[in-house]
Amino acid sequence: MESKKPIISFKNFSFQYFTQKEPTLYDIDLDIYPGEKVLIVGPSGCGKSTLAHCINGLIPYAYRGTISGTLLVDGKSPGESSLFERSKKIGTVLQDSDGQFVGLTVGEDIAFSLENDLVPQSEMKETVKRVADMVNMGGQLRSSPFELSGGQKQRTALAGVMVDDVEVLLFDEPLANLDPLTGKTAIDMIDRIYRQYHKTVIIIEHRMEDVLYRHVDRVLVLSEGRIVSDCPPDELVCSDLLRELGIREPLYVTALKYAGVTLTPDLHPGYLDTLDIGRVREALLHWQAEQPPHVEKEPGDVLLSVRDLSFQYTPRRKNLEDISFDVHRGEMVSIVGANGAGKSTLAKVICGFCKEDAGDILFDGQSIRDWTIKERSFKIGYVMQNPNQMISKSMIFDEVALGLRIRRLPEEEIRERVWNALKICGLYPMRNWPVAALSYGQKKRVTIASMLVMDPQILILDEPTAGQDYRHYTDIMEFLRSLNRRGITILMITHDMHLMLEYTPHAIVITDGKKIGDGGAVEILTDADMAERANLKLTSLYELATKARLPDPQGFVQQFIDHEEGSRNEG
Amino acid sequence: MKDKLFDYIEKDNFVFNLSGMTKLLCFLILTFTVMFSYDARVIAGVLIFSFWVLHVSEIRFSQIRVMLYYVLVFLAINFVLTFVFSPQYGVEIYGTKHELFTISGRYVMTREQLLYQGTKVLKYLSVIPLGMLFLLTTNPSEFAASLSSIGVSYKASFAVALTLRYFPDMIRDYNDIALSQQARGLDLSKKERLGTRLKNVMNIFVPLIFSSLDRVETVSNAMDLRSFGKHKKRTWYAFKPLKKADGAAFAVSIVIALISLGMTFFVNHGRFWNPFIS
Repeated sequence: MESKKPIISFKNFSFQYFTQKEPTLYDIDLDIYPGEKVLIVGPSGCGKSTLAHCINGLIPYAYRGTISGTLLVDGKSPGESSLFERSKKIGTVLQDSDGQFVGLTVGEDIAFSLENDLVPQSEMKETVKRVADMVNMGGQLRSSPFELSGGQKQRTALAGVMVDDVEVLLFDEPLANLDPLTGKTAIDMIDRIYRQYHKTVIIIEHRMEDVLYRHVDRVLVLSEGRIVSDCPPDELVCSDLLRELGIREPLYVTALKYAGVTLTPDLHPGYLDTLDIGRVREALLHWQAEQPPHVEKEPGDVLLSVRDLSFQYTPRRKNLEDISFDVHRGEMVSIVGANGAGKSTLAKVICGFCKEDAGDILFDGQSIRDWTIKERSFKIGYVMQNPNQMISKSMIFDEVALGLRIRRLPEEEIRERVWNALKICGLYPMRNWPVAALSYGQKKRVTIASMLVMDPQILILDEPTAGQDYRHYTDIMEFLRSLNRRGITILMITHDMHLMLEYTPHAIVITDGKKIGDGGAVEILTDADMAERANLKLTSLYELATKARLPDPQGFVQQFIDHEEGSRNEG
Repeated sequence: MKDKLFDYIEKDNFVFNLSGMTKLLCFLILTFTVMFSYDARVIAGVLIFSFWVLHVSEIRFSQIRVMLYYVLVFLAINFVLTFVFSPQYGVEIYGTKHELFTISGRYVMTREQLLYQGTKVLKYLSVIPLGMLFLLTTNPSEFAASLSSIGVSYKASFAVALTLRYFPDMIRDYNDIALSQQARGLDLSKKERLGTRLKNVMNIFVPLIFSSLDRVETVSNAMDLRSFGKHKKRTWYAFKPLKKADGAAFAVSIVIALISLGMTFFVNHGRFWNPFIS
């Protein structure tokens, strides 16, 4: 492969946005050869997206900045070709599969690039059909984006760049908006396209374990604008580099390390499929025998009780059907299920945004059926996924005070309560800052603080960690856990299985508006049938344990979680 | 949930299969005809014709119900106000005066006034179904294609389609933001005073604008990366080539327009048809 000419070649390349004080990329030396499959990982702000923009040409054509060093794509520097020429070589599938869907139907969206290239209509229709079939979207050419799932929109986007017969496919965080099973399907699809049509594939993603479900040639690790590692997965997972940088390594790798296995490339630990299980089994058995038994926490009294709840937006389809469950005081509960299963609807009915058609909700033993949204908001706080959609004031203090000011409390009491909430959220030193100066994670805290001032007993959070890298994820989740220890009951809508395993002992599974599971997160993520029905995946810990033929694979998962929590508390 | 602004539900019939450009041209010709003429007979003819087309197009009543109610309310108000502000306009334009009854002072109802106002109602009633027809039976992308084929810049034409594409997304964002604000006690219902309500709505627009700006960046990147703006022209996936039916529809519209013009110049000798001249 080394004898071929690289299709993408960075030499001593640095880039600095005009709007930034420091360069975002430093001294990048990187050659990507035709036919390679490369994964790029790195924590938020490491420059992954900027590197992607350099490759697909948005830098320097759409984003301006200072470039030093050279970047050649197919032997040409940016000066020698236009963005349009570049996009004929490199097709980019963006993270936001909804935003990049510019057509009114699947067919139009796939045809978009052909339209701009003045391809005659009859030829265009043929090409669209052929390419749509490659990604299994041929039967849905007339569907509008509102009828499609996230996975289908992504496949449409993929087809939309493949009509150009590009040589390189660049995926920017392809898993960000997908549930685990759909994500797995997406990785499969990318792999099939890679093999069948001999494309060069570059995937930028921080959910490394999910990408490594299929083979990649090498993994680049980016940190603070530099490439700090460039090697095959088998080598990468052996080092402690990922942990040091705050990138999540595959869970089974962490488990092997806990068990004291010294990982070496010849164990092939990059993928669970290739791992030489015979050579690690003893260590795992030994570790499992050593672990203290699992202690169940005593549940508190029932705080929220949902009884036979049904709801439908339109007469045709029931969005929620006879849902019943109990949440105990002081619990952390996750609500999981495929996209569109009814999780968010459930939260909306509990908060009173939608009125149930049948059933009842009891709060502390009392029916809240007749409570208004406002009355419920004193007991139940609701935090949306995207903080930018919640924040309406420019100053942090005003934003957090909003709910209290609406209730016309005396200004002094407001100040005291806002300060208190800001202290809990670690934002007190920034109380007089404008919101715009905050990072995404800090904004998230502001939205949580603005709920906490109302002193709710339950917080419902929609996808609290979506799109966050491991470090920010840990920050947010540890913060929520600390709130939980203060006595606030927490419900989370999520499809992050790590979150579910590590932070919520209790999980409720919803599929097609019905509850199909209600129990320990470990039990649910080790139940193949349940996981499949809820679009989840089995955790790789369980797969490791079954592969090693451990006597109690489910217990092994629980022990891992207990061990993680224990080591985190010590640290 | 109402996710779509107005439902474009594709059907296979004569009206749907016409090209968007034909529909636009026919709509403009017929509107001109109706607006130019004050001959109630011609307008009634167009009215019957437009309701017949509405029938042929298989549009369900539920799709146009809300719009229809607005139109009827508007017509009623318009009818009353016309009389209030110019009770003798009919006399003025027709040049004759046949009094019916007196309400008070200058408010004398005449046959001419009734004819004038009745004709105006007919005009609206015949044009509005045509407008709705055009909106409901034309695929927005196909319409963008038609616009660009008659010389409108394709960037402007595409903006039409793009607006329709992202409008429902904005509605959804608006609803989500409104919910989260309501959860903090913001009252958007009629219980709150109007001033406060307006202020509260502002609290929703600020985040909406910011999230929309993020969206604009993604969309423009996605379009740049797929060669939007590369050439001076572009082709259209949704373009419908003109067929015989388009020619027929166009011819029918022209014939109606010619009949109206013929009536004006050779029968009525003017824009107004006055049946009261004895």
